[in-house]
Amino acid sequence: MEDAKLLLVDDEKGFLDTITKRLEKRKLKVWAVYSGEDALKELKNNTAIEVVVLDVKMPGMDGIETLVEIKKRFPLMEVIMLTGHATVETAIDGMKLGAFDYLMKPCDIDTLISKVKEAIEKKRQHDEKIMEARIKEISDRMV
Amino acid sequence: MEQSLTDRKAFYQILVRKITILILVVSFFPLILTTGLLVYRFHITYTDKIQAHISELVQKHTQNIDTFLSEKLGNIQYLSKLFTHNQHGPDAFLEKHLALLKDEYGDVFTDLGLINEKGIQFAYKGPFNLEFADYSDAQWFIEAVKKPFYISDVFAGLRGHPHFIIAVKIPSAESYNIIRATINFGAFNSLVESIHIGKTGIAFIINKKGHLQTQTRVEFEQSIITSIVGQNYKDYETIFSKKKESSGKRFLCVSSTLKNIEWLMVFRQDINDAFSELWKTQILTLVIFILGCIAILLVAFLLPKNIVKLISKADTKSESMNKQVVESGKLATIGELAAGIAHEINNPVAIMVEEAGWIGDLLEEEDLKECENLNEFTRALEQINTQGRRCKEITHKLLSFARKTDTTVNDVQINEVITEMVSLTDKMAMYNNITIETDLHEGIPYIRISPSELQQVILNLINNAIDAMERTGGKIKIETKPSAIEKDNLVIAVEDNGPGIPKDNLGRIFDPFFTTKAVGKGTGLGLSICYGIIQKMGGKIDVHSQVGVGTKFRIWIPFQKVTDENIENEDNKTIKES
Repeated sequence: MEDAKLLLVDDEKGFLDTITKRLEKRKLKVWAVYSGEDALKELKNNTAIEVVVLDVKMPGMDGIETLVEIKKRFPLMEVIMLTGHATVETAIDGMKLGAFDYLMKPCDIDTLISKVKEAIEKKRQHDEKIMEARIKEISDRMV
Repeated sequence: MEQSLTDRKAFYQILVRKITILILVVSFFPLILTTGLLVYRFHITYTDKIQAHISELVQKHTQNIDTFLSEKLGNIQYLSKLFTHNQHGPDAFLEKHLALLKDEYGDVFTDLGLINEKGIQFAYKGPFNLEFADYSDAQWFIEAVKKPFYISDVFAGLRGHPHFIIAVKIPSAESYNIIRATINFGAFNSLVESIHIGKTGIAFIINKKGHLQTQTRVEFEQSIITSIVGQNYKDYETIFSKKKESSGKRFLCVSSTLKNIEWLMVFRQDINDAFSELWKTQILTLVIFILGCIAILLVAFLLPKNIVKLISKADTKSESMNKQVVESGKLATIGELAAGIAHEINNPVAIMVEEAGWIGDLLEEEDLKECENLNEFTRALEQINTQGRRCKEITHKLLSFARKTDTTVNDVQINEVITEMVSLTDKMAMYNNITIETDLHEGIPYIRISPSELQQVILNLINNAIDAMERTGGKIKIETKPSAIEKDNLVIAVEDNGPGIPKDNLGRIFDPFFTTKAVGKGTGLGLSICYGIIQKMGGKIDVHSQVGVGTKFRIWIPFQKVTDENIENEDNKTIKES
């Protein structure tokens, strides 16, 4: 598999910086932003991003709002929710709104990576199917 | 707690006493006042009435006797006038007029006689042979000589028969004669004897010396008669008095004077007899009064006790409710606090774990394979990771304490939930040499609660029991049935035969963070979460434990009685909603 390209969104700088370093060490391409608004900007400018890992509890735009916005603007983007809540309610809410999966903080780095890879897998398959559909459409047009 | 219990008991006793006294005062005061007033007024009125009645009777008879006497006197006076102009001999005169009087009045006049100034009866007509009897020493003759007429007291006289005499002086030119008539005592006596009132009311006549003038069945003590005679009399006025015999018998005495003669008409009746009606009424009143008193006493001593019993019941109930409110309030506050802390702690812990992970990553990368403390570093990092996870567990439990996982209410069959939980824990129990028995009552109604919360409670209780018997092994018994004590309640009992809970801990087991487990093994939140859940369901949970015997948790959950109407309503609702 090609290197995964992901965007980390969390207001906890200490957590985010460390986990970025750890993921990069594991050959993942990581961008990190500290708020929902920044995440949306980053996604707009950077089309390489395949997966967003999104903290639920943030000041300003919180995780759920950001998720709704992302799904509106980039329907094919896969989002993994990261939650400090013990309640699965927010996670379930997130899943209903189109999140790929959820993880509880503090999370095991390997679990995170495997979830990210699953999400990327799904996105790539998705993209492929869209591509195929387009190819089919174009070739049909030729006939 | 026990202090307040004795305080309360004292308070209840004071309350009982206060109410009792109040009832006694409020009831007795008017009762006594009313009864006393009634009895008193009735007594006075009735006495007055009886006195008036007897007085009237005595007066009437006094007048009758007076009339009788003055009539007889009139007769003799008339005879005396006739005699002055008499042409015939005195014997013929007496014979003629005695016959006329007997004709007119029957047996009243016994005989007639004429006596000269020397006291010799020179003419006589009557049943006895009394011609030329000498009356010069007779008391009546001495009196009659002094006055124009005289009525004697009753006396035996020369003949030995009781009688009395009416004598009238017939004055003539040089001297005088006296005409004398004997009045039949029997005829006169019957006038007086005919007066009867009640059983003992009789009348009689006495003279001024206190000698009886009529026959009577009753013996009189001289002192009483003297006291009657000694009273001050006016014409036609009765004197009312109460006398007492030396034997202690009390009687009523009514007396009045005769007009023509110095005699006293006396009426006598035993007080018991005269006032028997009054006393009957008074006894009846007394009986009613006593019954009333008994009723008041009963009410005064029983009612307050009952009322206070009800009050104390209500107090106990409200107190336990207060306790529950406080308890659930405490739990809610702790819950919120815990949630806040958990959130705040979770992030730093996450960072710490990440940093430790980062160090781990770096250790692999660097050329530290020869470093002699490498193993120590790895072990320390591992430990940081483990403790971080432990923190996470605690914060997650705290958070679930604050917010219940799934509070969606559903119709739940408790038996199914229990069976499910038992099957989940069966394996673990088996490893610990513990058997789980269930005794689930068939036909328990569905109850509307959150199934996941109930699962949590049941699981918690079973886990606790397993933990308690981890080493020893044992038996867990789970029972469900409709409660016999609490109406419309289900009871779930989870019983083990483990080591039991010491008495000191028993009161605190539902407190948050109270645990007897080793550090890191338990958070002390399980039972307080259960408590909160059961409270929310409107039920209650209690615990009985004996060291060395076992522990029994009981949970009561109320169910609504499902009636046909309810079902219908719900059907309508769902139709509307759809």
